[in-house]
Amino acid sequence: MSNHANGHHLDMTRSLSGSVVTTRFDKLLGWARKYSLFQYPFVTACCGMEYMATAASHYDLDRFGAALPRFSPRQADVLWVVGTISHKIAPVLKTIYDQMAEPKWVVSFGACASCGGPYDNYATVQGIDTIIPVDIYIAGCPPRPEAVLDGLLKLQELIQNQKHEWR
Amino acid sequence: MPKFPEHIAIEKVHPEAVLDWHENFGDRTLIVESKQVVEVAKILRDQFGYKMLVDLTAVDYLPRRPRFEVVYHYLNLQTNTRIRIKTQLEETSAHLPTLSDIYPIADWYEREVWDLFGIKFDGHPNLKRIMLYEGFEGHPLRKDYPKTKRQPLLGPQN
Repeated sequence: MSNHANGHHLDMTRSLSGSVVTTRFDKLLGWARKYSLFQYPFVTACCGMEYMATAASHYDLDRFGAALPRFSPRQADVLWVVGTISHKIAPVLKTIYDQMAEPKWVVSFGACASCGGPYDNYATVQGIDTIIPVDIYIAGCPPRPEAVLDGLLKLQELIQNQKHEWR
Repeated sequence: MPKFPEHIAIEKVHPEAVLDWHENFGDRTLIVESKQVVEVAKILRDQFGYKMLVDLTAVDYLPRRPRFEVVYHYLNLQTNTRIRIKTQLEETSAHLPTLSDIYPIADWYEREVWDLFGIKFDGHPNLKRIMLYEGFEGHPLRKDYPKTKRQPLLGPQN
């Protein structure tokens, strides 16, 4: 049996069983990336309180590997747009997004960032997706921490299942 | 209604300055001639100790004439008393003398009123927009500014 080509393969599988997992490289990258999200919190309004509550120890974003806020866009993977975006600050937001290195994702946190919220007026951007691409929208005014965590898990799911550029 | 002490002091120097006065729930208001706002402020500050200009803002009463009202809120920090000075402006002559020489905080307040209501302040050292961006056309807190008019720097021009 040991001389047979298939038999050799079976031997190897048997001897390595329990210590090797096979997967696709794309899946492996997604798995690694979804658990090491460095965030850039772009906090402009009251939603920031809820973001801080979610990040702090009680709800603890660190459990999901999304702990460290990086206040340099060069070091960040996820742009959290937390709060009302005015037309005046819109170019700043766009610059921050452009400065982030790939791969990058954007979370629109709360009603204002997602659609302008209650502010249908001359000053407010009616949803940040008119300026930059958005991966996850979190509803709420402001969203509860549970909703934020749900949004983060949905982002992780998205990262796990997306096609990763790595070559 | 009896005149306030401030009212009497102002009338001594500028007999025509005060047009009207009223008091609601302890909030005392003088309505003064727009040319006299600086003189009135000096009297309030030097004779009555209103050292703090708490707020300076404007109201658009379109279609009423005169259209605009500019409101000054003063506070005496020693006695904790307040007084409100209002002045009325026509749209065609929507400008006032600046208060920034005697109350430095008026600098930014006046820029805000200029930015949002388009009321000019003569003698202001740096009268440019403070809230909105350069290139914004019009003054959005005027009642005839279209509610749906947008002037985005980025994104769709709806």
